[in-house]
Amino acid sequence: MINELLFMNGYGVYVLSAFSFTLLSFTALYLVTKIQFVKEQSKFVAKFGSLNTEKANSAKSQRINKEILANATNN
Amino acid sequence: MFKLFQPNKIFQITSKAPKYVLFLFVVVLSVGLTEALVLSPEDYKQSDAVRIMYVHVPAAWISLGIFSSITFLSISGFIFKNKNFFLIAKSLAPSGFVFNIIALVTGSIWGKPTWGTWWAWDARITSMLILALFYVMYLISWRIYENEEKVFKISTIVTILGIINVPIIKYSVDWWNTLHQPASINILSKSSIHSSMLFPLLIMTAAFALFSLLIFLMKYNTELIKIKNKGLDRL
Repeated sequence: MINELLFMNGYGVYVLSAFSFTLLSFTALYLVTKIQFVKEQSKFVAKFGSLNTEKANSAKSQRINKEILANATNN
Repeated sequence: MFKLFQPNKIFQITSKAPKYVLFLFVVVLSVGLTEALVLSPEDYKQSDAVRIMYVHVPAAWISLGIFSSITFLSISGFIFKNKNFFLIAKSLAPSGFVFNIIALVTGSIWGKPTWGTWWAWDARITSMLILALFYVMYLISWRIYENEEKVFKISTIVTILGIINVPIIKYSVDWWNTLHQPASINILSKSSIHSSMLFPLLIMTAAFALFSLLIFLMKYNTELIKIKNKGLDRL
């Protein structure tokens, strides 16, 4: 059964390499995008940490900044 | 109406959505792979080689759809003077490009057992390659230009030039004698594909669409945080 599934009447090598290429491309794109996201998030947290109280409060007045910080802590 | 699409408002949704989309994608992809590799029948002519269709066709459809959306968003960005449209277009491009490459590579793999060659300068294949070049130009334009106005202008010009190629891709199999087969699925007329093959194809298309949504959300969030990082520098 498994042999039949992999052999696919002689086309297994073509079918499985097409599916493998697709899944590998998905994994690579997902990882690259995730790494870029985490990098920007860490940069934001580091920059926010270096702000003085007045500037930090001013930045925190924006809801999106609060969201980014909250997400970074949850991750 | 555009106020609803303001980054500050939608970040609440876009920042939480990826984990749910990822879960849904894994579920739909698992069902799709089972259908495509195990349950769907082999073709009477192409035998099991037909299974390549389940990755090749959705990838081609989505790369064309994304390029058309990028063009529409870029033009809308100019008309309505809305930067967010450009940001959405930019975030869509990476997955569109990867789907374009997947369509080309899996098409090449499919070509070997069915046509006896990995590559032919056929109208459909060549026009898909040209689309990949337009994706590259679009992505490069965002990397090389620092000035925002210039990036908006150049990237929109690239998409307008590239969109001319989209109907050529679609009708290339009807206009010229090509190795590539004509469309089996038609919205306006009767499709020539059997439902036992159409069903897995639609599930795989849904899985691919969910994947492009996932990448779009992650990329869009990254772009928003990048903008906010610049905002912190200005404080």
